[in-house]
Amino acid sequence: MARISGVNIPTNKRVCIALTYIYGIGTKRASDICTKASINQSKRVNQLNDDEITKIRELIDKDFIVEGDLRREVSLNIKRLNDLGCYKGLRHRKKLPVRGQRTHTNARTRKGKAVAIAGKKKVTKG
Amino acid sequence: MTRSVWKGPFVDQTLVKKAAKVSESGKREVIKTWSRRSTILPSFIGLTFSVYNGQKFIPVSVNENMVGHKFGEFAPTRTFKGHTPADKKVESK
Repeated sequence: MARISGVNIPTNKRVCIALTYIYGIGTKRASDICTKASINQSKRVNQLNDDEITKIRELIDKDFIVEGDLRREVSLNIKRLNDLGCYKGLRHRKKLPVRGQRTHTNARTRKGKAVAIAGKKKVTKG
Repeated sequence: MTRSVWKGPFVDQTLVKKAAKVSESGKREVIKTWSRRSTILPSFIGLTFSVYNGQKFIPVSVNENMVGHKFGEFAPTRTFKGHTPADKKVESK
């Protein structure tokens, strides 16, 4: 069991993979942390000793904003845009794509699952 | 792609002149502008602009959070009133 920066307890996986379970750390950052802490990439989390775990913790605390803090930062950024009343804020409020993507088709990540329009078949038949 | 830093923010020069005039005179005048492409500068804080959206002028009072955005972002050009319900569509046809 290894607790790193809050709730994350990834075990039985390679260290650089397990670290990506932390919000705010992807494969790049995870491998960077491994090289900085001089941990072999193929080592598993349950093979780590306490020194190595504390070292990983220190590295993350020092360099990165992760988990709750990062989530808060992101939501504050979105809130700022919403309060400003600028175009990006409007798009966030309507839950539509913000960066000028098309919405005629696609955009399903933002819009959610497609909902069938009731009574549309009648129109095509008649 | 983001704009090069060495160029500085883009602002229409006419707008800069107008803003300087208004802030010098100290009057609470509304500056009419068509320049939606201009970046909001720190010197514009506290002034009121009315930004053209293709149809009418939309009043935008600049505060410090708006610095770095463009004027066009605060005057939407499209109005979406929602789709007509399916049953009404059939009736009209």
